[in-house]
Amino acid sequence: MSVFSPQLAARFDALVAKYPLRRSALVPMLLYAQDEVGYLSDAVLAEVAERIGITELDVRNVATYYSMLRFKPAGKYNVQVCTNISCMLRGGYEILERFQDELHIGHKGVTADGQFSLEEVECIGACCWAPAIQVNYDFHDELTPEQVPGILAGYRAKAEGKVADA
Amino acid sequence: MPRLVSHPDEVKIVTRRFGLGAANIDRYVELGGYESAKKCLEQGPEWIINEMKASNLRGRGGAGFPTGMKWSFVPKQSAKPKYVLVNGDESEPGTCKDHLIFLHDPHAVIEGTIIAGLAIGSKLGFIYLRGEYRYLLEIMEKAVADAYAKGYLGKNIFGSDTEFQIITQSGAGAYEVGEESALMESLEGKRGVPRIKPPFPAVVGLYGGPTVINNAETIATVPHVIAMGAAAYAEVGSPRNGGTRLFGVSGHVERPGVYELPMGYNLKKIIYEVAGGVRGGRGLKAVVPGGSSTPVLLPNEIDIGMDFDQVGKAGSMLGSGGVVVIDDQTCIVEFALRTISFYQHESCGWCIPCREGTDWLKKSLTRFHAGFGSMKDIDNIQYIAENMMGRTFCPLGDAAAMPTLGFVKKFRKEFEDHLDGKPCPFAKHVDLAVV
Repeated sequence: MSVFSPQLAARFDALVAKYPLRRSALVPMLLYAQDEVGYLSDAVLAEVAERIGITELDVRNVATYYSMLRFKPAGKYNVQVCTNISCMLRGGYEILERFQDELHIGHKGVTADGQFSLEEVECIGACCWAPAIQVNYDFHDELTPEQVPGILAGYRAKAEGKVADA
Repeated sequence: MPRLVSHPDEVKIVTRRFGLGAANIDRYVELGGYESAKKCLEQGPEWIINEMKASNLRGRGGAGFPTGMKWSFVPKQSAKPKYVLVNGDESEPGTCKDHLIFLHDPHAVIEGTIIAGLAIGSKLGFIYLRGEYRYLLEIMEKAVADAYAKGYLGKNIFGSDTEFQIITQSGAGAYEVGEESALMESLEGKRGVPRIKPPFPAVVGLYGGPTVINNAETIATVPHVIAMGAAAYAEVGSPRNGGTRLFGVSGHVERPGVYELPMGYNLKKIIYEVAGGVRGGRGLKAVVPGGSSTPVLLPNEIDIGMDFDQVGKAGSMLGSGGVVVIDDQTCIVEFALRTISFYQHESCGWCIPCREGTDWLKKSLTRFHAGFGSMKDIDNIQYIAENMMGRTFCPLGDAAAMPTLGFVKKFRKEFEDHLDGKPCPFAKHVDLAVV
């Protein structure tokens, strides 16, 4: 039984058709599957292995290398705070602390309601607009700790369907 | 949306179309786009490579290798298909220039990839973006689809009998994959560990075929070189350093941002004039000139031209062009610790000197910064870093060792001030709990 949605399966088929080598689809497919399922469950890893035509062990060997891939669920909104040098110099740690205080969780923690998770991450390529964070794939630049509650409120409202786009 | 900045000293070549809606293909064409690719299609590979050589364009990823020469290394005849690989894994701390290129001018990346393909006789190019750049990947995917719809990509590009295809690819989080051989491994669906060289990618690269790998900024520059003419482009820069560079100025400056300045532009002027000086009128303590892996420069060392040769002569590297400015209220030991924590996290573990070296440097610096260090530790940090240099497959080991050596050598006094239970004079984040 497939854990892929028909859309994900179609995306996979389109992707593998493009490459000279089928397993070139492996890394992006793991990320796209994670986007849909929330994490790389055993079932996801098994299905990716089968679709590519390699062993599950081989898939795990590759998946454990990449820092964005995870093997247990994160929050619906995964808050990733950069504290690398350019962000650190402009208050990245203060931003991280404020998120910890607001969410009552630490690095790689998930809130009890499953809405948010928090991660301290390495450089996300927004150095000139520091301090910066990503919530899932959205960037938020030039932050101050005071903006943190508002960002969280925006995503809470989004989760409740109050606004179309936070 | 990342803020765009401007300064009168800028020479806008690569950033010429930024903010003008050029992600739209019609707008890009209106602004002169795809004319360079058409010209290259008419002129042929030899002409293209000669133009690139004459332009003095050097690799913008950090190594500064001459682009034309790199392309000329690809054998003309090859039993295996040849590939173009665009490196958009931009992950060097202090560097966010490719971010803006993908956002504002995705077609320049496509056009540059086509030209590279024509130059080496390749029919397939890959544009690899780091996994975190999802919104930029979507912009690139749309741009590629639009280029196919117009017939600029496909079996018969621009109505010719020449084929060129592009595949966009997402990474999934890995600094190491920005190294060219690790990038090829990742694209082949493997862990991003480096390959031993030789053979070099130009001979045995992706899927075993001859491969040209260029940084996204280099590739986005190519159509402009063709449009301006190689001589005019070379004229903009300094000797042997053609054109402009996208300098990302970050840290303690009044006006951080990505500025496009001629190669050889003075570093002191970048900080004090272009970026508005040190924030809050504070004093300058140090400058990391080209991304986190480049050795730090002291305030009396920054009156230099920013090109590969002059920064090299000053004992550092131009690297990725990411200028990180550090004010006098910053603890250098903490800064060194945060830097090495990054490399420890990103070391792929393949080569022992890097895997063990980064880990021990992080441990030593953590203890040191917490006030439990000894004089011997300072020498030990230096000893470990020196023994990592040149002993790994890829430059990540060097990238971790070089800045560490710089910090210890240039700020030894500040390291010594942390000894004997003295509290760090600046410390805020003693417990640096980095993953």
